[in-house]
Amino acid sequence: MSVILVFLLVVAGFAGWWLSHQRLTAKPWLEQGLAEEFVGLGRSALPTAKIGLGVFLAVVGCLFSLFVSAYFMRMGLSDWRPLPLPRLLWLNTGVLVLSSVALQCAVVAARRGQMDMVRLGLATAGLTALAFLAGQLVAWRQLTEDGYLLASNPANSFFYLITAMHGLHILGGLVGLGRTSAGAWNGARPERLRLSVELCAMYWHFLLFVWLCIFAVLAGWAATFVSICQRLLT
Amino acid sequence: MVDVTPADAVPPAEVGEMELYHPHSWWTKYVFSQDAKVIAVQYSATATAIGLVALVLSWLMRLQLGFPGTFDFITPEAYYQFITMHGMIMVIYLLTALFLGGFGNYLIPLMVGARDMVFPYVNMLSYWIYLLAVLVLVSSFFAPGGPTGAGWTLYPPQAIMTGTPGGQDWGIILMLSSLILFIIGFTMGGLNYVVTVLQGRTRGMTLMRLPLTVWGIFTATVMALLAFPALFVACVMMLLDRVLGTSFFMPAIVEMGEQLQHNGGSPILFQHLFWFFGHPEVYIVALPAFGIVSDLISTHARKNIFGYRMMVWAIIAIGALSFVVWAHHMYVSGMHPYFGFFFATTTLIIAIPTAIKVYNWVLTLWRGDIHLTVPMLFALAFIVTFVNGGLTGLFLGNVVVDVPLSDTMFVVAHFHMVMGVAPILVIFGAIYHWYPKVTGRMLNEALGKFHFWVTFLGAYLIFFPMHYLGLMGIPRRYAELTDMTIMTESARHLNSFISIMAFVVGFAQLVFLFNLIWSIRHGREAGGNPWRATTLEWQTPQTPPAHGNFGKELPIVYRWAYDYSVPGAKEDFIPQNVPGDFAPSREPA
Repeated sequence: MSVILVFLLVVAGFAGWWLSHQRLTAKPWLEQGLAEEFVGLGRSALPTAKIGLGVFLAVVGCLFSLFVSAYFMRMGLSDWRPLPLPRLLWLNTGVLVLSSVALQCAVVAARRGQMDMVRLGLATAGLTALAFLAGQLVAWRQLTEDGYLLASNPANSFFYLITAMHGLHILGGLVGLGRTSAGAWNGARPERLRLSVELCAMYWHFLLFVWLCIFAVLAGWAATFVSICQRLLT
Repeated sequence: MVDVTPADAVPPAEVGEMELYHPHSWWTKYVFSQDAKVIAVQYSATATAIGLVALVLSWLMRLQLGFPGTFDFITPEAYYQFITMHGMIMVIYLLTALFLGGFGNYLIPLMVGARDMVFPYVNMLSYWIYLLAVLVLVSSFFAPGGPTGAGWTLYPPQAIMTGTPGGQDWGIILMLSSLILFIIGFTMGGLNYVVTVLQGRTRGMTLMRLPLTVWGIFTATVMALLAFPALFVACVMMLLDRVLGTSFFMPAIVEMGEQLQHNGGSPILFQHLFWFFGHPEVYIVALPAFGIVSDLISTHARKNIFGYRMMVWAIIAIGALSFVVWAHHMYVSGMHPYFGFFFATTTLIIAIPTAIKVYNWVLTLWRGDIHLTVPMLFALAFIVTFVNGGLTGLFLGNVVVDVPLSDTMFVVAHFHMVMGVAPILVIFGAIYHWYPKVTGRMLNEALGKFHFWVTFLGAYLIFFPMHYLGLMGIPRRYAELTDMTIMTESARHLNSFISIMAFVVGFAQLVFLFNLIWSIRHGREAGGNPWRATTLEWQTPQTPPAHGNFGKELPIVYRWAYDYSVPGAKEDFIPQNVPGDFAPSREPA
């Protein structure tokens, strides 16, 4: 459970930082009125949707941390036989990076008001994300053909489960991306479109980060890294 | 030279108006509504309905325990199904849904001065997915093999094996699916509650001016958003174990003389995941109750809450600590003694912020102008019950005391006192308190007092003797114990007595239900602010509040939520949106 506790520590640190700016030591029973000192204690200047997405990503991060926690705990038992990761995953990772980069380009273009570039970025991001999902499915197929079935070993079960969860989140993101693209082609208000594209990019970068983490875990580097750290500490 | 733009120095003149969805038909106004108040009523009604099912299940269990062998239709399998569904429904589908989905939806926008939740559409989806989860749960009663009988903790391996009711039928599958749906639906709602508190607050409503109700619900929601994923992970993995034959939790096991295909899984892993959710869940239910009871006590004792800052800090501290105590539910799982020692320590540390809260409630009452209204009676009963249940928690938090008591009725008595009866008492108090705002009419007071005394005294008569049964060594989770030597004559009589009281208390709830329905039409007209309270929900132009809550202009907040009996003020309460300094001058004239 150490992974999830570290994750929660990060969340708690962020929450603590935010709370420390909210004057929790105030004595509200002595303060009346709308004095200037309350500046900055109201709502944040960030768009509400971005804060909402941020909170949601914290929940998603929590979910994957828990999967990884369970992975490490189950890994310690004797029947664990790690499976060889298909080399295709490297290509998939590259495609997902490309998808994120395309969305980042779309964000920059949206800030500059270049609609053509926004559309190009959105389309590239959508297609590469679909390509990533297809690549994941092909990787699954390769594994099953090689006899690494879902139920034959816990390492396999975790591989399919975690990649499926990640894929489902990408799929959900594609719904949002589809709506944003519909707006981009049907002439949504520029500031509204900019926000949607930024939200998509935020979600995409986060899922890329999650993918890199779980890739490291599934490939076994994370475990090696942890054991090196443990050796250094002891 | 530093360039200071004026925008940094001046508060925003007005909180930006949100675009409200305006319903066009009866369907979008009352059924597929995006108004948080309607969603709150939908959540509450659904939770109450499914709660009644759980109440009936508890009666059936008590029939079996109080009068064993009398009722043929209660087989041991049926008894386990009753236990499981009673526990799961009460903890998740009733308490969590009612506090966060019901009270959260109704009170957060009104109390922080918002027109609605920040994402109304997602909020609506949240309710419909919750309803779907409830329907899936209910459908398991009609599935072949009936609902699951695995116990509300659903421990593998027994949860998905043949001997357990529903283990190899539909029961467990429907249970797990329903939980997964519930969590998805809750996450949608929870995002709304959190972000509305962050971003929906009206001008002048700083965090330290929030009523404690909002603090309680806000912190509990944050915890729930971080804790429910653990249950989600556990459910998904168990579902795969059951349906696709993986071995996340299932060890190599022989069932009915047959070697199952599972191999090497870890049931303890499930326990960790389950309790990583399960312990915060206790506080997810308790923190909103803490918050609400603070407001009830302050309003009905006409006195500011004692130690507001400490109350806020204690809520945050409890929320944070509750994530590092989960393994105290697993003392008997054979854990390392140092591990147990660590978790016993963190568990006992939680008693500190909790005790601070209890002292502050009592000190708020001290020399207050106490009005013994029905909400106040329930609030007082909560303090007593919570202290009682909390003290037995100190027993069970210690490993050496917990190990012998863990499988006895003592544990049942403890958690019913502290997270069953205590939060339910707050829910009743809160319903009597806010019903006038929701419907515009008061609940009948005579019926309310009858309901209170029967519920409060009855709950004590049910659960207090249960502690003794536990100390005598009567185990929990057994459908029948008549032939055992520990079931002495007195223990059997005590069991029958508890069962009769359970029926009495249950029927009192029917009186309450009657009161709820009858008063919608026949209750006394309440007016806008019958309790003369300070918080914003009582200052709305219409009662019940209309769509958009506050009419043309959002209120501006000038003071905290607890200006009761301020010396020098004309009335004994000053609403949060009233400007001006009523405090007596510092130097005596």
